[in-house]
Amino acid sequence: MTGGGSRPGGRWLLGLVLPVLLLVAWQLSSTLGFFSANQLPPPPDVLAAARRLWGTGTLQHNIAISVQRVLIGFACGAVAGIVLGGLTGLSRWVSDLLSPTLGALRSVPSLAWVPLLGLWIGIGETPKIVLVAIGAFFPVYTTVSSALAHVDPALLEVGRAYGRRGVRLFGEVLLPATAPSLLSGLRLGLAQSWLFLVAAELISSAIGLGYQMTNGQNTGRTDEVLLAIVLLALLGKLSDVVLGLVERQVALRRA
Amino acid sequence: MVLTPGPMEEQLPAAPSAEPVDALDVELRRVQRTFGAHRVLQDLDLRIDAGSTVALLGASGSGKSTLLRLVAGLDRPTGGTVSVGGEAVRGPGRRTAVVFQEPRLLPWRDLAGNVALGLPLGTPRAQGRDAVRHRLETVGLADFAGHRPRRVSGGMAQRAALARALVRRPGVLLLDEPFAALDALTRLRMQDLLDGVQRSSGTTVLLVTHDVDEALHLADRVLVLAADGERGAQVVRDLRVDAPRPRDRADAQLAALRVELLELLGVPRTTRTPS
Repeated sequence: MTGGGSRPGGRWLLGLVLPVLLLVAWQLSSTLGFFSANQLPPPPDVLAAARRLWGTGTLQHNIAISVQRVLIGFACGAVAGIVLGGLTGLSRWVSDLLSPTLGALRSVPSLAWVPLLGLWIGIGETPKIVLVAIGAFFPVYTTVSSALAHVDPALLEVGRAYGRRGVRLFGEVLLPATAPSLLSGLRLGLAQSWLFLVAAELISSAIGLGYQMTNGQNTGRTDEVLLAIVLLALLGKLSDVVLGLVERQVALRRA
Repeated sequence: MVLTPGPMEEQLPAAPSAEPVDALDVELRRVQRTFGAHRVLQDLDLRIDAGSTVALLGASGSGKSTLLRLVAGLDRPTGGTVSVGGEAVRGPGRRTAVVFQEPRLLPWRDLAGNVALGLPLGTPRAQGRDAVRHRLETVGLADFAGHRPRRVSGGMAQRAALARALVRRPGVLLLDEPFAALDALTRLRMQDLLDGVQRSSGTTVLLVTHDVDEALHLADRVLVLAADGERGAQVVRDLRVDAPRPRDRADAQLAALRVELLELLGVPRTTRTPS
């Protein structure tokens, strides 16, 4: 799409330059003694921590539970965002009713929900998944509702002229017309899901990558903290790439 | 990327054949349509026979498109009744089909998918697929079924829009300046295509146009609409065109009618002073 004249392979490599430089700087700052091994363990230590935690099965378990929370929470939040965004985007009445409240709730910082969810839903999986869903909800809700308000009225009229109303009009004309915005909303929502996941796991959890960080901090295992950060970066990027591919397919289908 | 009208435009079928339909008549009784204080139509009476082709001519703002939208059920009259086939129009139905000035194809569907939008709801899948294929053949787009709207020329997109209307087998085909946005040659080809489609299907056609030649080439009857201040639009001329179709564009009889219609629309004949 953006061309630029260079081969795709070359652009891939360019994207790797910064991570490699960071890795080198990280290694150097340890070997040169800028930080103690306690503050910033060098990459090989982190790798060793990964191998150790993998051996005990803790790492797989932490990753699996975090991924599961994000996937379930994201799915719930995204569906709620599409439904409520759809309603507010289609009906002026629903929009006048809901938008001010949702706008206010949206500005509540993620961490503020944690104690409340704990009180309401207790401990266990549900409050974490609800928090992730809240994170996913708002970007999806906002993009869907504003994209629907801007659908080309000419296409809407064609749908109506050919007998599409209600759910069919939504499914056959409105939703596909907003698909590009919906997908960028989903990508934002997914990124927020990871943010909210860590918030949930840092504060109250006995498992997951966020817990691995608090636990690492409490037991002085900085390598485990760093490992969790690296893994969160990789998982976040990976899930974004998957949605990015879907987004590309959608764009190609209309070109 | 948009392909320029070129060799592909030539693939229009010489004798397009559309499936025969049960043509319906259209009747407007004391129809009124106001937009706030603005009165577009007032006490308008009009009867269009089943199977006839009627062209609505008139300057911009004369209420032609409003009239067409009322028949399509896309708009409601503020007074009076509009009926198609003897039944009052209550919203868009399967008895009529509209072609707009722009193709208005859904960009995420290929041409076949866009034509399929015109199928009456509840059409069995296999039957729908056949109907879509046949109508794409009618408009000469059989080889472009899988193309996306952005990949075809404006003329081809408008042909797909015509196929989308035809696949509905409408009793009344409503066309709102359908060829106005096309280049001159494509427009003439599209007129011949529409002529063939109407004659083979027998459907009633209501064609809104600015183009006097287009009206005279296609219509059995030409109505000239003019805004008349307080009273809204009125039919100022109801002209029957008896020449058999398909017509010769160089027909002398049509040329005489052309002068008359243009004069009505405010374009008087240029009189050459003898030198």
